[in-house]
Amino acid sequence: MKLDAHIPSGPLTQKWDQHRFDMKLVNPANKRKFDVIVVGAGLAGASAAASLAELGYNVKCFCFQDSPRRAHSIAAQGGINAAKNYKNDGDSVHRLFYDTVKGGDFRAREANVHRLAQVSVSIIDQCVAQGVPFAREYGGLLDNRSFGGAQVSRTFYARGQTGQQLLLGAYQALSRQIGLGRVEMYPRTEMLELVVVDGHAKGIVVRDLINGVVTSHAADAVVLATGGYGNVFFLSTNAKGCNVTATYRAHKMGATFANPCYTQIHPTCIPVSGDHQSKLTLMSESLRNDGRVWVPKRKEDCGKTPASIPDSDRDYYLERKYPSFGNLAPRDIASRAAKEVCDEGRGVGPGSLGVYLDFADAIARLTEPVVRERYGNLFDMYERITGENAYQQPMRIYPAVHYTMGGLWVDYNLMSNLPGLFVLGEANFSDHGANRLGASALMQGLADGYFILPYTIGHYFASQKQTRITTDHPEFKKAQETVSARTRRLLAVKGKRTATSIHRELGKLMWEHCGMARSKESLTAALQKIPALREEFWSNVRVTGENGSLNQDLEYAGRVADFLEFGELLCLDALTREESCGGHFRVEHQEAGECKRDDAHFSHVAAWEYQGEGKSPTRHIEPLTFDEVHLATRSYK
Amino acid sequence: MIGAHGMKLAAQLFGTTLGRKYLMALSGAGLFGFTVVHMLGNLQLFLGPESLNRYAQFLQSNKELLWPARLGLLSMVAIHLWSAIKLTAENKAARPVQYIGDPNPVAATFASRTMLMSGLIVAAFAIYHILHFTVQVPEINFVSVDFKTFHVAEGAQKGFHDVYRMMVTGFQNPFVSGFYILAVGLLCLHLSHGLSALFQTLGLRNHAWWPLIQRFGIVASLLLFLGYITVPVAVLSGLVTATTGCDCCK
Amino acid sequence: MNLTLKIWRQKDAKDIGGFETHEVREVNPDMSFLEMLDVVNEGLILRGIEPIAFDSDCREGICGACSLVINGTAHGGHKATTACQLHMRKFSDGETITVEPWRARAFPMVKDLVCDRSAFDRIIQAGGFVSVSTGGVPDANAIPVAKEDSDQAMDAAQCIGCGACVAACKNASAMLFVAAKVSHLALMPQGKVERERRALNMVAQMDTEGFGACSVTGSCEAVCPKEIRLDFIARLNREYGRALLHRGGG
Ligand SMILES: Cc1cc2nc3c(=O)[nH]c(=O)nc-3n(C[C@H](O)[C@H](O)[C@H](O)COP(=O)(O)OP(=O)(O)OC[C@H]3O[C@@H](n4cnc5c(N)ncnc54)[C@H](O)[C@@H]3O)c2cc1C
Ligand code: SF4
Ligand code: FES
Repeated sequence: MKLDAHIPSGPLTQKWDQHRFDMKLVNPANKRKFDVIVVGAGLAGASAAASLAELGYNVKCFCFQDSPRRAHSIAAQGGINAAKNYKNDGDSVHRLFYDTVKGGDFRAREANVHRLAQVSVSIIDQCVAQGVPFAREYGGLLDNRSFGGAQVSRTFYARGQTGQQLLLGAYQALSRQIGLGRVEMYPRTEMLELVVVDGHAKGIVVRDLINGVVTSHAADAVVLATGGYGNVFFLSTNAKGCNVTATYRAHKMGATFANPCYTQIHPTCIPVSGDHQSKLTLMSESLRNDGRVWVPKRKEDCGKTPASIPDSDRDYYLERKYPSFGNLAPRDIASRAAKEVCDEGRGVGPGSLGVYLDFADAIARLTEPVVRERYGNLFDMYERITGENAYQQPMRIYPAVHYTMGGLWVDYNLMSNLPGLFVLGEANFSDHGANRLGASALMQGLADGYFILPYTIGHYFASQKQTRITTDHPEFKKAQETVSARTRRLLAVKGKRTATSIHRELGKLMWEHCGMARSKESLTAALQKIPALREEFWSNVRVTGENGSLNQDLEYAGRVADFLEFGELLCLDALTREESCGGHFRVEHQEAGECKRDDAHFSHVAAWEYQGEGKSPTRHIEPLTFDEVHLATRSYK
Repeated sequence: MIGAHGMKLAAQLFGTTLGRKYLMALSGAGLFGFTVVHMLGNLQLFLGPESLNRYAQFLQSNKELLWPARLGLLSMVAIHLWSAIKLTAENKAARPVQYIGDPNPVAATFASRTMLMSGLIVAAFAIYHILHFTVQVPEINFVSVDFKTFHVAEGAQKGFHDVYRMMVTGFQNPFVSGFYILAVGLLCLHLSHGLSALFQTLGLRNHAWWPLIQRFGIVASLLLFLGYITVPVAVLSGLVTATTGCDCCK
Repeated sequence: MNLTLKIWRQKDAKDIGGFETHEVREVNPDMSFLEMLDVVNEGLILRGIEPIAFDSDCREGICGACSLVINGTAHGGHKATTACQLHMRKFSDGETITVEPWRARAFPMVKDLVCDRSAFDRIIQAGGFVSVSTGGVPDANAIPVAKEDSDQAMDAAQCIGCGACVAACKNASAMLFVAAKVSHLALMPQGKVERERRALNMVAQMDTEGFGACSVTGSCEAVCPKEIRLDFIARLNREYGRALLHRGGG
């Protein structure tokens, strides 16, 4: 298979404009003849569904929560980037483009990233017009802050709830279209199969989570905006429901999965408190603006109260290792540094898996009221979860899985290798390379949904001879039967372990073998253990209840089953990528503890093609070329 | 034109919960105004028979004002009651199942939770009160006299209805006074919540003003309560008698 | 610590349902309430019993999915805390805890502790948006917004649509939720254009869904995990009154 990214020709800065002109249009009167299915109602899905409906397409939108407003995007805290240069501090489209390519450790497509930086400015305009209450200055204009190690202030934010406000903006736009009858919304409905007819995506099969009824939906194009797969690690900052099911099942129908090993670990999360832990909570990265990260210099001190450890016995390791970025070093770097000190036995708190984030200096410098004003809600959240008061003692933090850069492979038009299947948001692999910068996921999700897909989908419609497929087609019958059979199989095992316990075991295995540091040995071991665990699942899982009503146990077991297959793909990708880059750190490939890329052999996207049960997937390559930026070693020293 | 518009407005006011709340608040505001004026009228008792009877005569003789006022009041009562009963019925229907768990104390005050009860008791009292002092049905005054026969016997006001004597005699029965005090108490409990709720319902508040409005509600109800009960208390304690009037005020 | 749970179980919308008692041993005080339920559920699954159904997703107090009435109070009654952020250290050893679903006619039951809150979505669909389509909008800084207004709009916009306000209100009124959205948009210049239509349409939809009216008890404000204030309800009333004045209700 040849993966053609369909990158338009011409100079980088003009590619998107030229492409928009070159793309074919669908006549306004004809738009209502096209049906589009959008799976997912997060930032990417809701913005796409609303924008397509505004254009006149018939849209059906699906999500598994009880309301589109609850998609996981709601949890994003920090902010959204845009190259507005409102601060006059030297930002530009080019700089945002450059920072993103560099931040992604030179493993993203230049053309995509440049387009992202270009449309970033329109996103902010759009959101403001929707009434999103971004933070403002006294003059009434928008405020910005610097975020995640950027050297310009380009992040727009709405207190600590930027994702919430942006999602509500998109949700409201979507709601308007639902109210107008332009979008048919299916909440509490899970997509379980993609239907492909003659190589084109033509519909999906879904299960109504309330009554278990399985139905088919046909369309002229299918858009997946189903989010990331971080929960393959069981513990992550993702919402409980985040899953790989939609994208993985599309993968099994022929869509290639790109760079699954690119996963991002966020350095500032609240550490695990016990075996009962169901998810991890992120503490906004902004805390690192004023907090100082440290651990005791000596192992013996780790049990002591932090106050009793004098400054001279503390190791402010980020400031020591990265003097110019200090506590603001990028996520992957800060996370690995934390792991390193904990591996040396210098971690603090339960299980010695934690480092201190200390505000004592900030409080002394700024006074407690100022610190409270800046971070009060985060300190409150920390106290609710841990019962500790961070004004009096340092916070304990530890890295946790946070975001997944990998996803279904898409071309410049956000279309997968299956024509008619478009993939947006965190579900695709497109723009972040091997590491995502803070405040860029929201930007990408909205860019995809508001400003890219509405153009490119029209081009697909206008350049294909459309064949109308109905749900009577045998492929739909087959897919429905696959779904029902899987459900029956899950209910029939009647074993002795819960899906949670197996998921937890998978997560632990993934975290230990394929987490912050990966090696040939660990990955090979994982590749042996995962199939065994999958075997265990299918022979010993206990799924209670029946299909015919709300059955959360059944829903969950289905998702765990997919993680058990997908985890293997992730490890395989990690094993074959014999280099370190961004979030993918192979211990064999490092230089003084830092990532060592191998541009000669791995400057490419790896996209995996499913070959059937029990067969190894095929690895396809899309070479990456860099015309505008120089490949360089990412250094934050 | 006006017709269609008026219909729409009426449909909003009578047909939506918010509209009905507006009706309730506006009629409540009117009734509150009436209770204030009424109280001020009552307090003329302390100025002696002449003042009070003059005031009463003034009201009684202007039939063209009296009846519209009475009709206005009556319609306000009707609207207030209708919206209250309708809203309460809807509210009950909106929440058919109660919780078993023992709730943590939440903000709702006693007054706010008993508005319909206090309102209905006050309404019942008002009917009695009208029969008692306005229609003057002798059988229910429990002092075995007919108030209609009370007339000023001499002086400039000769022939005026002796409202002064009627009030004093009427309140001399401790049960009648007791019911009166109870009803006024409930009315003021009703107002202690109703007044601030009125501002809330009409949207006449914000964060800065709310504490003041709440205090106003409570202080105004308290003042009303005191203003109203001084009359029966003064009568029962013998401070005011049917013949002398109040010594201190003369 | 050890606890006794009295939990509402109901197979589906048609079932009448009832309480079930579970003894839970060795609860770690660092668990969240939902993690405690996870542990109970794992035990049930291993015994072949269907786990207790409850809604949750983000588990960090922002998605608004979790919806438990704990000991009679929506979200358990701790300041600005959703059920998923409530930790077991807030309970004492040996305590009996009742867990019930949201109760309101407009939130029909689905199963166990899960109810259907789609009424909220329909209220937003009726007008909780600014009617701009993608593209063709002015530069973000073209319209300055006073920081005070934008801050207040944000206070209101923080609503997570959990429905605790409805669950706690004796009238199952959705006013706090509706007020939060109407206020958010009315405070921003972008939202002012359609403010009247929005207020009328959202209120009409709220009524159609069968929510009760506000009687200003303040229970909603007390349980709201995002501390949405009652003065937003006053603002909604004001917006509604304004719409009646300007548009006569049509
Ligand atoms: C705690 C946290 C904080 C973050 N903070 C930031 C930040 O400050 N800035 C930033 O830029 N990014 C941030 N991110 C990342 C960012 O929030 C996400 O990457 C982004 O919101 C993903 O949006 P999405 O639309 O792709 O997917 P999601 O919002 O995850 O939406 C997925 C949708 O798909 C639906 N779905 C999934 N599977 C199925 C199925 N099988 N059937 C039907 N429907 C399905 C879901 O119901 C949902 O509607 C943060 C992430 C986390 C976890
Ligand atoms: S107003 Fe508060 S309680 Fe009501 S839905 Fe919004 S966040 Fe929940
Ligand atoms: S689970 Fe999201 S708010 Fe509680």
